[in-house]
Amino acid sequence: MSRLNNARALVFAFAAGICMQAAAQTTKPLYPGVGRAATPAEVAAWDIDVRGDLMGLPPGSGSVAKGEALWEAKCTSCHGSFGESNQMFPPLIGGITPEDIKNGRVAALAKAGEQRSTVMKLSRISTLWDYINRAMPWNAPKSLSADEVYALTAYLLNQGNIVPESFVLSDKNMAEVQARLPNRNGLTRNHGLWDTRGRPDVNAKACMKNCGPEPRITSKLPDHARGSHGDLAEQNRLIGPVRAVGLGGSATVSAAAPVMAATASTDPAQVLAEKSGCMACHNAKQRVIGPAFAEIATKYRADSGAEVKLMTKVKSGGQGVWGNVPMPPFANLQDQDLRTLVRWILKTE
Amino acid sequence: MKNKVSIQSGQVRPAPEDRRGFLKKSLSLTGGAVAALAGASAARAQGDPAILKLPPHSTGLGQPVAARGYGMPSEFEKNLQRRESPGLTRAAQSSVAFAPLQGLFGIITPNGLHFERHHQGWWDIDPRQHRLMIHGLVRESRIYTMDDLMRLPSVSRIHFIECGANTGMEWGNVAVPTVQYTHGMLSCCEFTGVPLSKLLEHCGADTKKGRYVLAEGADGSGLTRTIGMDRALDDVIVAWGMNGEFLRPENGYPLRLVVPGVQGVSWVKWLRRLEVGDKPWDTREETLHYIDLMPDGLHRQYSSVQECKSVITTPSGGQVLLNKGQYNVTGLAWSGRGRVRRVDVSFDGGRNWKEARLENPVLPKALTRFNIDWVWNGGPAILQSRAIDDTGYVQPKIAQLRAVRGTRSIYHNNAIQSWLVAANGEVSNVQVE
Repeated sequence: MSRLNNARALVFAFAAGICMQAAAQTTKPLYPGVGRAATPAEVAAWDIDVRGDLMGLPPGSGSVAKGEALWEAKCTSCHGSFGESNQMFPPLIGGITPEDIKNGRVAALAKAGEQRSTVMKLSRISTLWDYINRAMPWNAPKSLSADEVYALTAYLLNQGNIVPESFVLSDKNMAEVQARLPNRNGLTRNHGLWDTRGRPDVNAKACMKNCGPEPRITSKLPDHARGSHGDLAEQNRLIGPVRAVGLGGSATVSAAAPVMAATASTDPAQVLAEKSGCMACHNAKQRVIGPAFAEIATKYRADSGAEVKLMTKVKSGGQGVWGNVPMPPFANLQDQDLRTLVRWILKTE
Repeated sequence: MKNKVSIQSGQVRPAPEDRRGFLKKSLSLTGGAVAALAGASAARAQGDPAILKLPPHSTGLGQPVAARGYGMPSEFEKNLQRRESPGLTRAAQSSVAFAPLQGLFGIITPNGLHFERHHQGWWDIDPRQHRLMIHGLVRESRIYTMDDLMRLPSVSRIHFIECGANTGMEWGNVAVPTVQYTHGMLSCCEFTGVPLSKLLEHCGADTKKGRYVLAEGADGSGLTRTIGMDRALDDVIVAWGMNGEFLRPENGYPLRLVVPGVQGVSWVKWLRRLEVGDKPWDTREETLHYIDLMPDGLHRQYSSVQECKSVITTPSGGQVLLNKGQYNVTGLAWSGRGRVRRVDVSFDGGRNWKEARLENPVLPKALTRFNIDWVWNGGPAILQSRAIDDTGYVQPKIAQLRAVRGTRSIYHNNAIQSWLVAANGEVSNVQVE
């Protein structure tokens, strides 16, 4: 009901009831009966975020020493003893210098090929605190007390040489630590890619005829990576204008020399290998992500302890024998299946 | 250009006698198979056995209704699955499964094939226990149940969702073989829900002081992303519907944010909380991840828009053309800034271009399907597509992107994709300059 109608209602004032009804309609709540007010306790239970300006940071404190004990108990299995591990997740620690702490910019980030650790990218101390608090440990998020989060944050900062071993981190000195973060000046919002109405930074033109020089191929997949994503025949439809290429080479080459994954598996060990996911990274003859089974067989053929050694390796994972890409643990495989797999791998010619 | 393109064999494979025969040959051309083919040729003198001999489905009784209360794809379609890229991640709960774009039609992604990206595993949340809280710079902090939300005025809109890291493995060089892995962190659905603007109005949000909204998920990672208030009041949806049914658990059941045009990480799944504030939050996914490394070592923060992009889905990497002759070259185009205006296709690595047909509907911030006829003459070719959106923005070449952003950005690679067709019909992923 408009104000004009309201005024008329007042002027004519046929009945007090009508007048009251009109007044009630002007303040009619939006979507009546939908939702309810949150209680302060409910908001407090869920409003756990800590913002870049430290809004939302709860009181508390924790020492590097306490953080180290917590770290050993709850964090090493994924991140390593010093936050340096690359096994499960990218490393948290490494790659910064005292100069970086002085400048607030991590120099290594401007160099090509440097792996980026968390501490190299870390520009807001709130991020570390907030994320440990909301999401860690991996299998029991939101189980840490505020003091424990301070302690773990302190431990990581110490591993990154940002605070000394005697340091006690608290809500009182978080801002001081922020001023020491090695990459605190390393972020920019000066670009047009935040809002959908922003201005693009790359401006191409749509030429239609005789555009530019003859195209030159600058990159293609190396032949040894052909099987890196499994058997593509199993990833394409059985009908239509195309089929999938074989694993071994061009379509005709693969027909002449079919590789293991292209043949129907009748060997129970091979079926087991396929079912267990081994073939995602391994192949009989060719190095894919992991070594070829033939390479493994050659290396361990003379080693009488190879069977047990490799069974342990498959079960708990490993890294470094064949390169930097770690082999994930296959902890769910039964010993009997492990033995079958390892014996089969060691037989590969 | 034939001389400039390096191909593996150079030999044109003889056209197969028929398509079934070709498949057999391509997989295992052994002596036995050759004999079998010869026998089949003799039988075929009278005609196709698929016609001459009536199959069981024409001569028997089929399955009853409701044999499957929730229908499933044909047994023959099981090759099309979402898949992980081996070696990309080591913890499957913090990983990604790519959608099989090589086999999809039109613009809608079937719910079971929508790409997946979780940060700490997915859950199937009881919708009766799910709550949405809105607080911060609002007149009144409020709680909504799913019952509440589904009483509000809803909209249904088709939008694409693309992970900011889609095509991220290809910044430096070709890294993966097929379009599933180069572009498969991309899907498009009709989403149903209540516009976020209505909820913010309902809570009396202070949209002058409160220039930002934080969205938070109910999963273990409690994933959080900041959305600008202009965006929040524009076309953002608090959604429960996905292609006519409820969201799938992997996609945020029972509630997720839909932020059209913006990278997938902002489409917070299992949405439990929205906070209105006067500054962006700088959460983990805004300061440590989803930041684009520039050549000078600075990271671009809040790089959110998915700029105009396209890719040919058939024929594409890892496929092989059956024989010379007619092909329907088909693909997808999209823009986070609006509608796709035009898609051009090149068959010679970008020297010459032809305009493709855009299929209806062409919707803002949605996938658009394009098609163009091509007669393959059996020679090598490099297929590319280039999309232009209604702001006039032209999808760039990889070299143009690298000139500004280097090769280590990880995120927001919207370069023109090149597929090399070799003389033997095999299609592979290449980069050209």
